[in-house]
Amino acid sequence: MSDATPTPTATPERPQLPAQSPPVDPAETAVAGDKAASTGNRLSWWRGNGGEGAKRNLGLIGVLAALIAVGAITKPDLYGDPTWVWNNILAILQLASVVGVVTVGMTFVIIGGGIDLSVGAIVALAGVWCTTVATQSYGAGGMIFAAIAVGICVGLVNGVLISYGRLVPFIATLAMLVAARGLAASISNKQTQVSTSTFINDIAARKVLGIPILVYILGAVVLAGWVLLNRTTFGRRTIAVGGNPEAARLAGINVRRHTMLLYALSGLCCGIAAIMLTSQATSAQAAMANLYELDAIAAAIIGGTLLSGGRGTIIGSLLGVIIFATITNLFAINGLSIEAQNMVKGGIIVAAVLVQQFQFKSFTRLLARNRLTTNT
Amino acid sequence: MTQHSRDLSRRRLLFGGAAVGAATLLTACTSNETPAASTQTKAAGDGAGNNAPGKKVVIGFSAPAADHGWMGAIHANAKAQAAAYSDVELKEVDGGSNSEAQRSTLGTLIAQKPDIIVVLPHDGKEVNAVALQAMQAGIPIVNLDRAFPDALASRLVIKGDNYGMGVSAGHFIGKQLKDKGVANPVIGEIAGLEIPLTVERSAGFAAALATYGFKVSNRRSAEFTSDSGQREAAQLLQALPKIDAIWNHDDDQGIGVLAAINQAGRKEFFMVGGAGAKVAIDAIKADNTVLKATVTYNPSMASSAISLARLIAQGRGLGDLTELQVPKEVTLASETITKENASSYEKLGF
Repeated sequence: MSDATPTPTATPERPQLPAQSPPVDPAETAVAGDKAASTGNRLSWWRGNGGEGAKRNLGLIGVLAALIAVGAITKPDLYGDPTWVWNNILAILQLASVVGVVTVGMTFVIIGGGIDLSVGAIVALAGVWCTTVATQSYGAGGMIFAAIAVGICVGLVNGVLISYGRLVPFIATLAMLVAARGLAASISNKQTQVSTSTFINDIAARKVLGIPILVYILGAVVLAGWVLLNRTTFGRRTIAVGGNPEAARLAGINVRRHTMLLYALSGLCCGIAAIMLTSQATSAQAAMANLYELDAIAAAIIGGTLLSGGRGTIIGSLLGVIIFATITNLFAINGLSIEAQNMVKGGIIVAAVLVQQFQFKSFTRLLARNRLTTNT
Repeated sequence: MTQHSRDLSRRRLLFGGAAVGAATLLTACTSNETPAASTQTKAAGDGAGNNAPGKKVVIGFSAPAADHGWMGAIHANAKAQAAAYSDVELKEVDGGSNSEAQRSTLGTLIAQKPDIIVVLPHDGKEVNAVALQAMQAGIPIVNLDRAFPDALASRLVIKGDNYGMGVSAGHFIGKQLKDKGVANPVIGEIAGLEIPLTVERSAGFAAALATYGFKVSNRRSAEFTSDSGQREAAQLLQALPKIDAIWNHDDDQGIGVLAAINQAGRKEFFMVGGAGAKVAIDAIKADNTVLKATVTYNPSMASSAISLARLIAQGRGLGDLTELQVPKEVTLASETITKENASSYEKLGF
């Protein structure tokens, strides 16, 4: 196998493929062949420049499959029951739903070259605001309006501070993290506010066609985020602004306004998440959604979003959130401690970033160069 | 062009108007007026001669700023109990948000020379020195809940019992299951934030269960918030398809735990709470959820601390005890609230 002569890649069909494709390493062909069908076309897709995001997502699905396999091996009695397995999938998706919605907003902000550390605080503020006695007297409609309006307003404040006040996103949203939690604590008087609205509480308790409403909301937000990022000028501008703000400005994009809108979008997602979380807990308090900013950033990063901006996918972020939820679930069903769970999560974040820095193309080039040097 | 820009400004005006309107509506929504919370006091006049007015005393009080329901109840109880005595004047100083702030305000309080000071420190170790100073200056210290490491730093320690909470919960669950004749029960535990007091509670729980030959099947730790309670409970329910009993350490996070149980449609087990919050006592009394009992860690200790401080300052002993002075240490028993006695505990709920 190893002494086989290097064969040139099958004729590239994609125009963006480099003309002088590096020679294929047969051993690597076998590995790649597991994932993609070993026809020439598929292979050249795998090795080429295109579909970078899709390749990363395939990797994430592989990780997810591995996690589920670990679950099935460690708890065969539970995984033997199809009803339980289906319920467990729903439980994982429900666990992922709130952070998932926050992560969609976060993904836009990070692709746009920013960061939003205040998302957890915004969720708490919006949750507390929509469960005050006064707001609840307006009914479920009033609560939903309040949560979303608070989310957008706080996001806009972030956006204005960053784009027009020229604050570093890290500092502006860090300040907002502290301030929004403070405001939430003062509004709630540090008490847990119970939601008495059956409509709100039913969002988390009800299922439609066997699937919880929360999962539909997550699906709708992810779909909307995907369309916005991939099929609209807004999305293209986001990538342009994050990739190179100066070039984007020269190309006629109003970079400041666009940046402001990105933070407002993140705030909107937090408002939606606040309603979902309030519904799940049937209550809200200033300390809720603790460290969601880190969960969302971590999910976006392992989903392939570049922390410096300009690259990222909504589907990748969704997979990132689902992977974290699956790990939590896996540790819970095995009765392992939260400490161990957090250590594994930390390890996965580091591994994901290492993999991100690892470039498929340069790796194959490196292999080829090594072989050349050993041959001569 | 002019047409266009006028349109734009009209649109902006509309947007601006809508934004201002929304903002007004929102700010109107922050009001949170609920009926005044009831406080836990012992009415003057019941019990032995301790309540007979004595010499006038000034009691200083310092506790951390209220950051959750329990601490809020501590402040409210101290104030209400002091107001119930005609011979007590309460001087409350802001305990601030950390030990340093508390040390400085305590310093000013000592300078005012009250007859006695009740202190609930942020951290016993960090406030120890100031308490020692007060004792040396001849002002007795009543140490509430979080103990000073130095025995000389206080005249009286009155505190709750975290280990005992776990023991009470363990005995309630153990006895119920034994009576039902469950051989190998599945017992779940939803702990709080992993800090020393949570570890003590869990240790007490495990020890009490062990006397019945039972053990905890699965334990998840939440963060004392309702959303974390919901999250961890949902996972615990997923891990254990059939459960006999659950102990949840904290009634505040219990709101979320009950929500998760309700969302999963599970009701084959019973649950015991912790702390003794009003929502929990109401639910136990109504008996329409899986919550059948809660074990107390009661902020009423602030009321008792004020009462005992008054007696110490007046140089009197406890009415029913033989000793002429108040004892040096009081550890509250963790009581178990069930449907049967819920009504008598209602006034202690916070």
